[in-house]
Amino acid sequence: MPTLASGLRLQVNGVDYGILVLYFLTVLGIGFWARRSIKTSLDFLLSGRAMPAWVTGLAFVSANLGATEIFGMAANGAQYGVMTVHYYWIGAVPAMVFLGIVMMPFYYRSKVRSVPEFLRLRFNRSTQFLNAITFAIAQVLIAGINLYALSLVMDALLGWPLWLSIVVAAAFVLVYITLGGLSSAIYNEVLQFFVILAGLIPVTVLGLVKVGGFSGLVEKVRDHSPLGEPGLHAWKFTGFGTSNPMATNWLGIILGLGFILSFGYWTTNFAEVQRGLSARNTSAARRTPIIAAYPKLLIPVLTVIPGLVALVTVHGLGAKSGDLQYNNAIPLLMNDFLPNGVLGVALTGLLASFMAGMAANVSGFNTVFTYDIWQEFIKKNLPDRYYLNVGRIVTVVGVILGIGTAFIAAGYSNIMNYMQSLFSFFNAPLFATFIIGLYWKRMTAWAGFWGLLCGTIAPIVSYLLYKVGVIDFGTELNASFYNAGLAFVVDGIVTVVVTLATTPKPREELRGLVWGLPARGSGDALVGDDVWYRSPALLGSVAVILALAFYIPVF
Amino acid sequence: MTDENDSTPGPDETPGGEGSASDAQGQAEQVDAMLAESATAVRLFDVRRIIGGLFVIYGLVVGIIGLTNGPAEIHKAEGVNINLWTGIGMLVLGLLFLLWLVLSPAKAPDRATIEAENQ
Repeated sequence: MPTLASGLRLQVNGVDYGILVLYFLTVLGIGFWARRSIKTSLDFLLSGRAMPAWVTGLAFVSANLGATEIFGMAANGAQYGVMTVHYYWIGAVPAMVFLGIVMMPFYYRSKVRSVPEFLRLRFNRSTQFLNAITFAIAQVLIAGINLYALSLVMDALLGWPLWLSIVVAAAFVLVYITLGGLSSAIYNEVLQFFVILAGLIPVTVLGLVKVGGFSGLVEKVRDHSPLGEPGLHAWKFTGFGTSNPMATNWLGIILGLGFILSFGYWTTNFAEVQRGLSARNTSAARRTPIIAAYPKLLIPVLTVIPGLVALVTVHGLGAKSGDLQYNNAIPLLMNDFLPNGVLGVALTGLLASFMAGMAANVSGFNTVFTYDIWQEFIKKNLPDRYYLNVGRIVTVVGVILGIGTAFIAAGYSNIMNYMQSLFSFFNAPLFATFIIGLYWKRMTAWAGFWGLLCGTIAPIVSYLLYKVGVIDFGTELNASFYNAGLAFVVDGIVTVVVTLATTPKPREELRGLVWGLPARGSGDALVGDDVWYRSPALLGSVAVILALAFYIPVF
Repeated sequence: MTDENDSTPGPDETPGGEGSASDAQGQAEQVDAMLAESATAVRLFDVRRIIGGLFVIYGLVVGIIGLTNGPAEIHKAEGVNINLWTGIGMLVLGLLFLLWLVLSPAKAPDRATIEAENQ
């Protein structure tokens, strides 16, 4: 078992634990409270489509703000420098805005309860089944990997044994999701969003104080770090043949990260889209990812800066193993700077975001399993109360499978890393299938299925060949860019070929599912939705303009 | 949303939608029926109260610790009384949420409004 030595061990006291305990009691309280509002499976699995946009928007960003994400981005900050902002600005904001403006109306107005269900309506049951199965497996395994990551951190920071953290964290997630369903998950995500900020802001501020402000940080990175000048620019060193910390170029960043990986993840990953589907009307659903884009624009301040501060203040950061791995940048700074009190808040924020990450996986899993696998393929046409119970049982099963995965991950952590990379390829072909299906009415049902299947298998094969050394992509990062691109292209080609060989669906069946054939029926606007500051197009445009503008000072 | 639509199936009679032309339609009707029965909309609780309450408590606890912190803690935090400042920040955020709640209390979110709009 790889354990981190005591250098990371936090000096927590009773107050810190008090803050932690109060948070977890609140989480359970939310679970019990949310339970009262659950009557149907739709309440349990999709919050009864009743949430206001600011809640679903913050939950949307929070579902992606797991502790593994925060640690990973701070690690990227230390390793790649300012280029890490690409993951946020070009690699997230445009796709989030696209989801809100273009795709969300299709998802929400067709009243689907999940992404696979949309695939059934647009294509056929086989496509639904394929996506439901890959998604369900990926979610359970990722939940387990999150759980394992949490237990490693708890071991390093507090000295808790791995099994204790795994079981305790899983038990909390189990209780509050089984009680309150998606509402529990969403309310806790909103709460967690603010707690993690309350933990990260002090770390960032004190880090900047220590290195002498922004100018001090710039000078130290330029003159006294392995990154040097290229670590301070997002685009300047990304020309072909120029070397930069990410070992990639502007085309890879724009196409690989900015287009295929990012649009794939943000627009088709059900764990994210689900937050939009729980909103109370189409306008709120569309604003969900767009409202989320604004915090997303600013979060790099709280991850990249601590990463860089750790790089210039923690001697020996970047070790392959032990305490000084890049991934520990944030906990190392917490240990350096935070006195008891704020330390408890930061620790609570980290734990909360680990659990919220797992809860997002579990609540996506239970919805897809209940509606797209159980109701569609195993037991159809039973009263809704039955599916509500299925949802609850599936939640329990999902958490137990997650615990099992966590223990397997503890034994074979390399295999788990590979699986996580593989899952990142599931979204790229899905995006290709979606986008072609939305804009090309002729695309047939079986083109949906075969395109998705081939687009999923191709990058897996190519990734395995890369792993055994047959293909060389250079870095892991480039491998993911190229594989995502491959998935997209293979999916597209197969889609076109199969479409030309099969018969399209009648136009009437495609109403509300493709561009240019709007659904019949009335709108669902609420009073006040038409004010200018609630316009998805305006909010979205401003977010994209800000993302571009933010690049100017770090070009 | 169930208004004037007597043919809407109840949640107990799930329409089949076996890839037929009525698939999308059946889908929508099924969800509408569940929405009609749904209780979330009526009893939706206000997460602003929870955030406000928790942050007021956290702000007071952390802020008071800041007031009692000695040179050791302040030295650790690069000469900043970080507990005091974080406490104040959290307290202010908590109070803002409570203020928002008071100024604009939750209406039982408005299926009624939605229906009125649709007619």
